[in-house]
Amino acid sequence: MRIEEMPATIVAEMVRRGDLSAVDYVSRILERAERTEDRVNAYITLLKDLALKRAEEIDRAVGRGEDPGRLAGVAVAVKDNIAVRGVENTCGSRILKGYRPPFNATVVERLLMEGAVIVGKTNMDEFAMGSTTETSAYGPTRNPWNLERVPGGSSGGSGAALAAGSATLALGSDTGGSIRCPAAYTGTYGLKPTYGAVSRYGLVPYANSLEQIGPMARNTEDLALLYSVIVGHDPRDSTSLRDSGAHLARIENVDPAKLRIGVIRELVEEPVDKRVAREVWRLLHKLESMGAEVDEVSLPLVDYALPAYYIVAMAEASSNLARYDGTRYGFRAPGATWEEMVVETRTRGFGWEVKRRIMLGSFILLAGYVEQYYVKALRVRSAVRREILSLLSRHHVLVGATMPIPAPRLGERVKDPLLLYTMDIATVPANLAGIPAVSVPAGIVDGAPVGAQFMGPPMGEPLLLGVSKLCEEATGFRDRVV
Amino acid sequence: MEAVIGLEIHVQMTSLKTKLFCRCPADYRGAPPNTHVCPVCLGLPGALPVVNREAVKKAVMLALALNCRHIAEKVVFSRKHYFYPDLPKNYQITQFKGGGGAPIAEDGYLELLQGGGVRRVRIRRINVEEDPGRLVYTEGDITSSPEVLIDYNRSGIALLEIVTEPDLRSPKEARLFLEKLRAIVEYLDIADLSLEGSMRVDANISLPGGARVEVKNIGSVKEVEKALSYEVVRQRALLSRGAAIGRETRHWDPLRGVTRPLRVKEEEEDYRYFPDPDLPPIPLPRELIDSAVAMLPELPDARMRRFVEEHGLSRELAYALAMDKRLADFYEETLKRFWAPRLVAVMLAVDYLGFLEKNRLRMGEDRLNPDLLAKLARLVEEKVITPEQGKHLLFRVAREGVDPVEIVEREGLKALRSEEELRRIVERVVEANPKAVADAARNPKAVNFLVGRVMRETRGRAEPRLVRRLVVEELRRRGVEVGE
Ligand SMILES: [Zn+2]
Repeated sequence: MRIEEMPATIVAEMVRRGDLSAVDYVSRILERAERTEDRVNAYITLLKDLALKRAEEIDRAVGRGEDPGRLAGVAVAVKDNIAVRGVENTCGSRILKGYRPPFNATVVERLLMEGAVIVGKTNMDEFAMGSTTETSAYGPTRNPWNLERVPGGSSGGSGAALAAGSATLALGSDTGGSIRCPAAYTGTYGLKPTYGAVSRYGLVPYANSLEQIGPMARNTEDLALLYSVIVGHDPRDSTSLRDSGAHLARIENVDPAKLRIGVIRELVEEPVDKRVAREVWRLLHKLESMGAEVDEVSLPLVDYALPAYYIVAMAEASSNLARYDGTRYGFRAPGATWEEMVVETRTRGFGWEVKRRIMLGSFILLAGYVEQYYVKALRVRSAVRREILSLLSRHHVLVGATMPIPAPRLGERVKDPLLLYTMDIATVPANLAGIPAVSVPAGIVDGAPVGAQFMGPPMGEPLLLGVSKLCEEATGFRDRVV
Repeated sequence: MEAVIGLEIHVQMTSLKTKLFCRCPADYRGAPPNTHVCPVCLGLPGALPVVNREAVKKAVMLALALNCRHIAEKVVFSRKHYFYPDLPKNYQITQFKGGGGAPIAEDGYLELLQGGGVRRVRIRRINVEEDPGRLVYTEGDITSSPEVLIDYNRSGIALLEIVTEPDLRSPKEARLFLEKLRAIVEYLDIADLSLEGSMRVDANISLPGGARVEVKNIGSVKEVEKALSYEVVRQRALLSRGAAIGRETRHWDPLRGVTRPLRVKEEEEDYRYFPDPDLPPIPLPRELIDSAVAMLPELPDARMRRFVEEHGLSRELAYALAMDKRLADFYEETLKRFWAPRLVAVMLAVDYLGFLEKNRLRMGEDRLNPDLLAKLARLVEEKVITPEQGKHLLFRVAREGVDPVEIVEREGLKALRSEEELRRIVERVVEANPKAVADAARNPKAVNFLVGRVMRETRGRAEPRLVRRLVVEELRRRGVEVGE
């Protein structure tokens, strides 16, 4: 097994035992990045020197007989909307160019405490708004499986770095599918945690009430390992759950014979692409043959979930993005007055998709419309949650295609916002409901992977990780670096 | 012509240790610019607010003290959006009724004692919100300074916003209301409102026939009365000339004592309020409110009533003490050491406050304390010195912190009470001032002059009223009849 394909669990174990030098391993990952970045563009910032220095420290600690932690030496890629102290934090936007946060996100603190080596900040759709990583101001990321195609988004850089072998683990964030979508398209495993399980402190907000930071990895054990490090209550985040903790990262031992799976009809039938649906069914039939009970169920509110999601997300986004005005940090355009400077900065600093969502979000929150749109969307949101929880009372997990289409070609979707938005049809319900969901590789279509998404009850991560493990055993799809 | 006045008051919760949503110290006054800041109050991307529970508790206490009939079951914070350089997130975290949000309390009232009657001023709502940063103009003001600096030390300080219904009828009533509110805020240990900028008021005022005019950002209680009086005069003059008064916003210039129109926006701004998704609603269970009721201290009105009923103070004296918590505490501390309510009340509310004002001092910046004041009161009460001497001695004690008993002993200041002795001094003075004696029949000032002379001879140790009687008697004895 090549070093860049090695699971994180093994890297950490070997580094801790002194059987693998963190410096050798990290150098190899960085070389790999150097070779692939020209084509893939997974990173906005590569932290070559910092990563090597950190790896040296890890090796020295091991040499002194200390235990650097559960992620000892492991190369972790961090999405560029998560604050790492002193490292440029662009969110894929020109407006944050040059902004270096003076603090670490809570998840970054936790990574560092467990001995992780942060190798870089990964590319993303601008402010996480997109499903293809094409709206980044730093150029699109390409799918390592098929360079003509997108890696999904918005955490496309994180997924691509895993598939390219330029990272062993990656953090993404998921507002409406931004972890699960790139996981599906890059042949990786991605978990969107229960809302509140992982601290959002240090995550640059897009839509606060929907999003979570989550782990991405090339196999289930790695996914659980990274999750176990970042999960847990954080007093700095008021939406953080008190009873969150590492117990949520356990991989439940799921007996397939006792597993009841509900297949959401709307997420495997038209308009879902037939070839994608076929791969999902292929996986489900394998689970069935292992003894699982697979029934079709219906989630009729799916059609309302998407508009409700976009209303909530855009409203919150328009508010969150108000602070980027050139006054305190990041990009500043010249202007004769403060007002002029602000207008010019925002005009030049934001891309089109971001501006569109700010405009729509601002409109939604206007005094005359807030009840008509925002408050109504919140009602749909509660209804979606109720409907999903009711299905989950009869089935352990719900499943469907992660993405309704195979990985699009670059430029194919991003120009038409409606086409772009409908890509999220399967992923947004979990964000609206605040429940955990995992995307696992299901097969290959058009030379790039597609995924199946399992949703579970609140705090049901151990079950989802167990199901993920079953799928991994069923498909044998793991540790794939292309 | 009665005015219709409503107030919107912002009170900084200066008694809190930290800001409303972060752990930065709340005491920013005098700190170098931008030193009491952190990612949260600078609004850095990804930093998250955490509510200071103490601020919520204080707001509930105020709501109870202001008789609010409706206290929210859940505390919800909303975002109010507008672009301004002192606002690091370009939205302010505040409270708002709508879109799922609500003020922490609504529908209260405050009673004012007006000439024997009681006037009820309704409170529309109370909000908890964050203060923005502060703009610093390097030269001149907002209109003339070539550059502006921003100090975010104030950013995120906890504010209470109290909005009244338009129930006030005169500038004086507005002042009385604010004095009462200030007293309550101090009794609840929410704020020290003597701190610069800790209370800011926006006032709405209209006269019959005119539209509502808003005067923004008035810095103190006294200034509110002045600004509103100015508006009454200005609006009355306009109306009497038949001119129209349109809705406008004005700014109070305390240096020149005038209000001036502010640049008006063409349309009403839409603040796009919605509940802050970073701050889940905080439940306020009934039991918590009940326990807050039990914790409410005695409030100014009750204290004043007690001073009248149990201490025998006049209403005016009781009011003057009760409206100033520290003064009232000082008073009661002194009484614990020596019981002479009326004497101590006068010494504090009249003599001591006069001393502070004359020397431009704030309480605590002088050296008087309840121990010293009790000794002083005892000297007067037991007639060792005269009240007049007591007053002079109080000034000295406040200035130097000396023990009044020792001073009286050392400097032989005991009151001159022997009429015999005093009469001899009076005779001597009258003898020595024939001109004043000659004038005394026509000019009462001549009598005052003679009394003054005697007082000087006795170094203030005599009772002025007694001296006066002796002087008049002496003059009469000499055939000079003086009108009383
Ligand atoms: Zn702070």
